[in-house]
Parts: sequence; C-alpha cells; structure tokens
Amino acid sequence: MPETLEEAVRLLAAYDGRARAVGGGTDYFVDEAHQPAPEVLVDVTRIAGLRRIWEQDGYIVIGCGASHAQIVASPVVQAHGTALVEACGQIGGPQVRNVATLAGNIAHALPAADGSIALLALDGEALVAWAEAGALIQAWRPLTQLFRGPGQSAIDSTRQVLAAVRFRARAAMEGSAFARVMRPQGVALPIMGLAVRVRLGDDGVIADARIALGPVAPTPFRARRTEDFLRSRQPDALTLREATNTLLSETHPRTSPHRATAEYRREVIPVLFEEAIGKALQRAGAKVAA
Amino acid sequence: MTQATMNGLTTRTAQLAFTVNGRPVTVDVRPSAFLADVLREQLGLTGVKIGCNEAECGICTVLVDGMPVNSCIYPALKANGARVETIEGLACDGQLHPLQQAFIEQGAVQCGFCTPGLIMTAKALLDANPHPSDDDIKHALKDTYCRCTGYVSVIAAIKQAAGQNGHLTLPETRPALNVVGKPLPRPDAIAKVTGAAKYTDDYTFPDMLHACTLRAGIPHARIVRIETSKAKALPGVVAVLTHEDVPGAKNHGLVYQDWPVLCYDKVRYVGDAVAIVAAETREIAEQALRLIEVEYEPLPVVDDPVTALSPDAPKVHAQGNLLKHIHVEKGDIEHGFAEADVIVEGEYETATTEHAFLEPECAIGRLTDDGRIEVYVGSQIPYADRKQIAAALGVPESQVRVIGTLIGGGFGGKEDIAGQIHVALLARATGRPVKMLYRRSESLIFHPKRHAVKFKLKVGAKRDGTFTAMRIELWGDTGAYASLGDKVMTRAATHASGPYEVPHVKIDCYAAYTNNVPAGAFRGFGVTQSCFAIESAIDELAHKLNLNPIEIRRKNALRVGSTTNTGALIRESCGLLECIEKVEGALKHDLSQVEGCGGAPWVFRRPDKPDCVYAWGFAAAYKNTGLGGGANDCSTVEVEAFGDGSVEVRTSAAEIGQGLVAVLASIAAEELGLPYTQVHVLLSDTDLTPDGGPTTASRQTYVTGNAARLASIKLRQQLAAVAAEMLDAPAESLTFREGQVRAGDRAISFAEVVQQAHAEGQSTRLSHLYEAPKTQPLGTGGDMHVAFSYAAQAALVEVNERTGEVACLKVISATDVGRAINPLALQGQIDGGIVMCIGNALTEEFIQEKGIPYTNRLARYKMPSIRHTPEIVSFIVEDPAADGPYGAKGVGEISSIPTTPAITNAIYTATGVRVRRLPVDQDWLLQAMKRRHQTHTS
Ligand code: FES
Ligand code: FES
Repeated sequence: MPETLEEAVRLLAAYDGRARAVGGGTDYFVDEAHQPAPEVLVDVTRIAGLRRIWEQDGYIVIGCGASHAQIVASPVVQAHGTALVEACGQIGGPQVRNVATLAGNIAHALPAADGSIALLALDGEALVAWAEAGALIQAWRPLTQLFRGPGQSAIDSTRQVLAAVRFRARAAMEGSAFARVMRPQGVALPIMGLAVRVRLGDDGVIADARIALGPVAPTPFRARRTEDFLRSRQPDALTLREATNTLLSETHPRTSPHRATAEYRREVIPVLFEEAIGKALQRAGAKVAA
Repeated sequence: MTQATMNGLTTRTAQLAFTVNGRPVTVDVRPSAFLADVLREQLGLTGVKIGCNEAECGICTVLVDGMPVNSCIYPALKANGARVETIEGLACDGQLHPLQQAFIEQGAVQCGFCTPGLIMTAKALLDANPHPSDDDIKHALKDTYCRCTGYVSVIAAIKQAAGQNGHLTLPETRPALNVVGKPLPRPDAIAKVTGAAKYTDDYTFPDMLHACTLRAGIPHARIVRIETSKAKALPGVVAVLTHEDVPGAKNHGLVYQDWPVLCYDKVRYVGDAVAIVAAETREIAEQALRLIEVEYEPLPVVDDPVTALSPDAPKVHAQGNLLKHIHVEKGDIEHGFAEADVIVEGEYETATTEHAFLEPECAIGRLTDDGRIEVYVGSQIPYADRKQIAAALGVPESQVRVIGTLIGGGFGGKEDIAGQIHVALLARATGRPVKMLYRRSESLIFHPKRHAVKFKLKVGAKRDGTFTAMRIELWGDTGAYASLGDKVMTRAATHASGPYEVPHVKIDCYAAYTNNVPAGAFRGFGVTQSCFAIESAIDELAHKLNLNPIEIRRKNALRVGSTTNTGALIRESCGLLECIEKVEGALKHDLSQVEGCGGAPWVFRRPDKPDCVYAWGFAAAYKNTGLGGGANDCSTVEVEAFGDGSVEVRTSAAEIGQGLVAVLASIAAEELGLPYTQVHVLLSDTDLTPDGGPTTASRQTYVTGNAARLASIKLRQQLAAVAAEMLDAPAESLTFREGQVRAGDRAISFAEVVQQAHAEGQSTRLSHLYEAPKTQPLGTGGDMHVAFSYAAQAALVEVNERTGEVACLKVISATDVGRAINPLALQGQIDGGIVMCIGNALTEEFIQEKGIPYTNRLARYKMPSIRHTPEIVSFIVEDPAADGPYGAKGVGEISSIPTTPAITNAIYTATGVRVRRLPVDQDWLLQAMKRRHQTHTS
C-alpha cells in the first residue's frame, strides 16, 4: 500500500505489467474473473495528499483516494459541481459510497457510470501519472480522451495511476444537474444517465452548455450538436423542445439485453434532459417558463 | 512480508495491526484477504455474516473508523491502524445497545442472518444523525438487505432506538390467554442481535477440510469421461470423489428419486454436481476443481415447459418430460359456459424466481468416535435429510445424525438436498470433518426455484357477476429434477380458480421437465402464480361487467357451506368475507381522504407529481394449511419438565425465521402455566428431537403446534396427579399459572411438583404424536385439506407515465389466520410476505437463456430493498379452525400471495394496460401505455 504517488508508479513499473492499480475496488473485487490475475494490487487510496478534495488554480481537484461519500459531503463540490454530487449520491448505499472512489470508477470506463457522465458535463480532466526511468511523470488529460470503449480505458492500470480528477470552478450564472433512470429488474446498472451544465449570459441567453449522457455509445457521450444548438438561445420552452429533438437526432441508444430497449431509452432521454436542464437553468439563475 | 505455514502449506502473509471493538489486535494475514475473512476466521467474530461476497447485500457491514463498509470486499490490510467495530462489540457490560433492544422489541429479527448488518448500518446512521427521518433511514439502509421482515419493523426499531415514537402498531386481535395471543419477543432474538447466534458456517472443527463441488456448467450433455488424477495430485487436496464413490443410492429426491448425488450418465442442468473435492483450504479445493477434466457430448436443450411436452422435444429423463398431469374437475364445464353472459379469456405468465435467502447453503460432515456420521446443516426437513444421506451412504438411518443449525432464511429453498450428502461422503472418505459452503453464485445456479408457469384461462359469469365456469390450463417449468414439482403444481392447480365458489370447473395442469434450474418449493407453493392469473382474469371480468372489483369477489367468495373446486365442503373457519370487508372499509376511508378523486373510481393524481398517476387494485387469496391430499401429516413433540421448574420442548421442525420457537414456547407455557421465558425449545437434532415433519405448507403452527399442546396437556395431567397429593385436593380442581400450582388459596411451585414427581421415580418427559385430521386425495371429492387461510389485499400504486416506473406505496391487508398465537411474530410474517410479493410483482426474475442462468450473481437479481417498503395497514381476522391449536391455521404463506395481482390490477386501473407477464417491466409498460394511447386517440 504505497503512501506516495511516486512509490505507487515505481511499484507498477517494477512489476512490469504484473501489478495493477486499484481504487476502492468496489467494482474490481466483485468481478471474480480477472484474466490474467495480477500478481500484486497497488491500492492507491492511501496516498498522502490524494485522499481529499481541494481548490487549486480555479479548479476543484478530487484526489484518487477520495470516496463518493466525501464528494457528496464536500461543500466545495456542492457549490461548484452540483451534477457530480447528484450523480455520486445515487451510487450504491453508504457502504459502497464510503469505499468507492470516483477516480476508480472512471478508470473502469463504463459507458453508464454516473460519475463519469457528470464529470464529463463539467468538462472534467484527469491527472495521469506514471514512471519513466524511475521518475514520476504526470499530465492532465481531458476526460473525453480517457474512454476507449465499454470497460476499456485509455489508462493502463498496470502502469499508470489515475491520480486525480478536476473540473473548473463554477462561473457566475452557471448551474449543473444530473438525472437518471434505473431498472428494477436484471442488471444493477442505470438504463440512462444524463448530466447538464449551462451558463447564462448577462442578457439571459444560454452562453454555454455541456450535455453528457450514457449509455448511448460505447463510451460516455457528449451531445455536441445539442450544445451548439443551445448556445445564444433564450432558455424558453420552444428552445428546449427543439433541443430535445436535436438531442434525439444525435444519440443512438441501443438495446441491451436485460437492461433496456433502444425504444425505451429514446423515450426517457427527453424526460431526463428536461429534468436536468430545468434544474441546471434554475441553478444558473434563469427564470424558465414551465 | 513473511512466510507462514498454515495447514502445512506455505503462504505469504503481512501484519495487520488494528483495534477491534476497542481491543488492539495484531494478526498475520494473507495480503489478498478481505476484512470479513480476517474477522470471522482469524478473530472468531462470526457475527459478521457473509451473504454474497459481491458488495450487494450489505449484511457483512462493519464500521471502519465509524464508517459502514462491506467487509466482504474491503481489503483487510486497508484497515491497518483503523478502528473496527462489529456487532460483538455493541453490547456493553451485558447491557444491550438501544438498537439491539429495539430490534428485539419491534420484532425486527426473524431468521437473524441480516441482523448484524442492519444493526451496524443503523448504528453508523444514528451516530451521524441521532434523529433520522423515515427517508434518512431508507437512504442509509438502501443497500442492506433483509429477506424476512419487509423492513417495516426495522424502521420502527431504528426510530425507537433514536428515541422517537417507534411504538408497536400491531393489528387488533382477540384477547390473549395467559401467554397465547400475546406479542412476545422471540426467545432466539438475543443471540441474533448480539452476533452470538451460530449458523452452519459459524461452526468449525479441529482439522476441518473445505469442500467444493464441480458443477456441470452446461445444461444438457452426456458424460463421456471424468478424469480426476491431476486434481488429486494437487498438494493440499485430500479427496476427489465422483459417482463411482457413491456406495448407496445414486439418486436422491424428496418425492421422486431422480436427482443424481453425483452425475453418472448425463448432466441435465448447469448446476448439476459432477465431482466433489475436499482440501486443506477452500482456495486449494477451488483450484482442484479447475484440474478435473470432464468430457461431454452436448445434447439438445429444452428450456420451456410447453415445448418440452411436444413429441419431438429432447428428453430430459428417459421416461419423457411429463412429470405429472394434474386434473381437477367439478360440474359440467360446457354447461357452465352456456350459462354465462360474458366470457373473458386470457394468457398469463409468471417468471422463475429465486428465494434469495441471505444465508447461502452450508453443510458440515464429520465422523463420531463410534463411527457414525454427523451432518450439521440448516435444513427445513432434518429427518428427510437423514433418510437421504443414509440411502446414499448405504448405511442404516441410525448411523446418521442430522443436527439442524440456525437457518438464515429458507422460504422453501432449503427443503432439497444441497451439500448434506456430499459432506457425509467426504467425511467418510477422509476421516476428517468437512465443510462445504456455497458461494452465492453457486447457490443461485444450484438450488430449486419458484416455478415459472404459463396459464390459459377462460372465465364465464352472469351479468350480475356470478361465476358460472372456469377452464384453466397450466404449464409449470419444473426444471431438470422433480424436487417438489409435483406437489407445487398440484397446489397451483387446485387453487387456480381462486377462493370462490364456481359451479363448473375444469383444470389441467402439466408439470414438465426442462434443462433449466430445477423448481420446487417457494413460499406460496404454486398458489402465488395461480393467484396472479385468476385474480387478473376476475379483474378483467369486473371491468367488462362494470362491476366493482370488490363486489364481484364478495358475490362469489367461499363461505361456510361452499364447495371448493375439488369437491370439498367448507364447514367452518372461512373468514374471507370478513377479510374483504375489512379491506373495503379501510380503502373507503383512504379514498375519502384523497382530494380530486373524481373521474374513474380508485384513480387519482397529485399536483406535486404531474407525471404520475395513482390507483388502487384489489385481490383475494386462499392457501391450504398442511400437506393434505391424503398425505399422513403428523408431528411428534417431546416435552420434559426439570426440577428447576423449566421445561424443554423438542421436535425436529425448522425455525426458518418464521417464529416457530416463539409459537411452541407460547403453547407449552400456556398449557403448563409457566412464564414464557421458562420454556426452552430445542429443534432439529435427529438424535435428540422427534420428527416434526417438513417445514412446508404452512403446517408447523397447526401440526407441530397441536403436538406441543397435547404433549403439554399430558404432562400437566401427570403433574396434576402429583400435585393433587401434595395439596390434598382433587387433580381437576388445580390451576397451573405463573409457575404455580394452586388449589384455592394454597399454592406450590411448579418446580416443587416436578421434584416430587422425580422423588416418586416418575419420568417427567413424554411425547405426543399428533396426526392431523385425515384428508382425501385429489379426485375423490372429500376434504383435501384440514384448513385454509384467507386474505384480501388492496394495493396503491404510483405509475410514472413518462418512464413506466411503478412503485407500490401502500397495502391494506386482512388475513384470516384462525387465531393469532403471537401477534408480533404474525405481523412479521405478514409484512415480510407482502414485501416479498411486491418483489414478485415488480422486481424479481431469475433469468435463464437456453438453460444458462444469466442471473448468476446477486447483482443480477433485484429483490426489494428498504426503499420498496410500502405503508402497510394490517387487519387480522380470526375465524378459528376447530382442530387447530387455539383455532390457529397456517400463516407462513398466505400474506405473500395476493399482493402481486393487487398491484397489477392497480396498474390496470391506472393505465388501462393489463399486465400479463411478471415481473412488470417498466420498459414494456411504457411502450404498452403509448400504444394504448395511440389506438385510443387515432
Ligand atoms: S455485501 Fe458483503 S456479503 Fe454481501
Ligand atoms: S431476518 Fe433479515 S434476512 Fe432474515
């Protein structure tokens, strides 16, 4: 159990692919079949300085040792990343939230991961760390670059550590929200999750919007066309209706057995979008006509 | 890291230093060990329970630095330096923690397996938030499951511990006798709230081996070759056995012996046992399984009961796929339909469902010094286990002793043989104690489930709602082996026309073998399925006739003087009409409180939830008590009085959480005039306790309860004769009360009387064999059952019209149980049954595809969490059964039957969509609502 980031990445380098970094392990240990099983697990949740949440250079930084429970309880995240609080608060019960880390979930790269979707809407970034010739190297990468496919991360957990994630502090007249639908039978994964962040201009029009949702693609998806559409428009009922249509035209949810049909997912996307953007606008200070 | 030697094998270990329940502890642990393993196995804190090992059930919850975590997946080394609290540390100087006390008093402890996890999760909540709201409680406990209580009493207990008014709100019952009829806490609850209660996996023996089973993994195949030499050669492996090592009967089975102890010619489902291994550690045993080579020749798979009966279907068993055809007929069906003004026809389908008892199966076998075999197991039928173990071993039954341990939930899922025979074989082969604990994933694919049933119904009625005819066909999927499939489907068939008088009935039911996981007993025993189909059809009929759904049921309800579909005359104890009335009254009151209840009756909306529509649905049910159908239904109870004034009641009947211990203690205390706490109950040890028969068919209160009552009366009469001499008064004039025997104003203690009896050389131990009244087999037209319990329920649902999500918010329930022997335990059965039945309606499905279970983890089986708990308003109706103890009849199953159709009927009222397949799928429902909307607006 390494106590510094340097130690962690060196340990990984020393095992040369036979060790693996894990966070809370709530996903990892549940999966019984790991092929090939790593020789050593490098627990990164005990690294000094990375078990907390702090503000730095206009960003909110969440260390890889910070649990979902910490995020939900954090006044800083509550103030700046409401969508993330809403997403992390819905994951599991207290036992899981006390142990599971956001960084760990992102490294797992599931397309429907609530935390990933919320962070994506917040324009999140991840700090990737590794060892090169014994030296610690770190780099911030946009979240969008981290996902390769369902359960496939661009991060190689046998050599790299996802040390932290961050998102920009909330601007004036900005708000975010998260909404999801679960299925009570079958798999314990959400049918659809959706997060929105909006910023209003002084004139009350939408200055900027970020929409992330999943699963509609192999990786958490940013609805860029809908975001573009919303920009410089009045946040009124008509805009929202048209935005919903744009959103539906740019997303192509699939049927996943025992979880949901594509048709059902298309039905709930507008419901979630309305809920999330409604709340986000309200938090940004807009007066939306019902 | 250091090297350590465990069981002669070298393992890498690391040091873990932490505080456990206030005590500093240092242990060497395997680096890969989880906290639960260290606490249970190395520190002996077996109050930490394991239900799933996959962070789903939450019952392994302990506190690490005050924070609840799932100890089953919490790496032990992560707790280095931390402060860990387990259930064992809660009581202080023998003083129970307020949560422990409240759990006992509120009846929040049934099987007790989840109790430590619930209490620890609740403790973390109260430590952080001393005054939680209901919502706070539901939020904090949402991932800590309980399968027994339905959580109502759990919420009440947490509120009580928080000093809020968590007062007991038990339904009104008839005035109590001295003990019977009082809401007394269960005698076994203290051990369960302190973590002292021992379930099978909590026992260890010196030199014990660990065993695992090689499962087929494919649904249907011929076995060509089994090669075990590599597995045998693995260091640490002590024995590997296959069918060749079964000396006696090759098959087991409760009714039909068709289930191989270890497969010899074919495998018929994925969970079939092919080989068993005993090794020094569980890890080695699991590793050895992977070294066993089995060559299979795959066979075509049949996975549906209807196809299974077609002539060209692959044969699961040589004699064909029909396990049983059950036929019920009354009157003249053609005549009945000719008399009908309206007819509804429909098809319905129920899903395979899983008991999800929280304690996975476990058995321990060992040899005694005199060469007998002892098997420790949490079994619902100890004597049947003994018989089947002896048969497989080829030894007389007297050579086998089955010791029933506490059971962490059964619900019918622990009636068949699991590891009982295997551990006996391995103990004999190795000469050492052998424990076999199933992982959750193994339990899921192995044990018999609730039958999936397909229904075809045709129901005819007159314009005023009087039923004239019912034609019903059922196809039940009994899976690879019979288990109790014949009995279950018989019950499904005989209850298929509902608790109604129907002049003309024709029912044909087919129980078919398939290559699915076997299906057998599950609380409700086939009636849960039938009730959904018939109550839906009746609802359809009511809507078609424009009749009130309550009215149509009242018109046709069974009552004294009615004849059931099997031709039995109901002579007494039929409280159905009273149940219907009670629910109707409460429902009317509820509806009168709702504003804007205009429009269709029973439907309303709420201004704060514009996307949702609310509606009520209604259903009724009945369920037999006892085995019936001509079976010899008997139970023996032994009672013994001791010189200290205490009494022990002994029988082999299972306490599966339902409260049998409390019931038997109440009865003996009542008859012997003793304080309840002076009666001790010993269950399920085939050497020490006589046969109480199977714990199934809601029979224990009635059958074993009667045996206990009669045995106690005999003992009282014997002691009265002794006391008569001592008090110089006629024996008939004596009263036994509160531990005293009185004649007028003279009294001596019960203990003195027992001592005197002993001094006179009398034995104060006697037993009574009770035989339930004779029943008749199906088809003879006589009394098929000794009694029926009845219930009516109304359910309020919320349907989100934009997402299809359904929630059950409130259930009004009335249950005729004859007599409430312990109203606290009874209400626990009712709450638990209702919530289980909500799961049956809305969440639960054991999914299999071509014989391969998709549900191979608990994460893929959603049972109700505390969030599903509705408000429950409960009424008890006590229409006594003449032959039941104090008038009591079965209570274990009836409440878990009508909730499903009450919910689906409410969904129809809310949306106009008729649910034809369970569980209700929100995806399907949303699209069905849309289609309906389109056809109505176009
Ligand atoms: S969550 Fe740990 S045993 Fe189920
Ligand atoms: S008492 Fe909760 S699972 Fe049995």
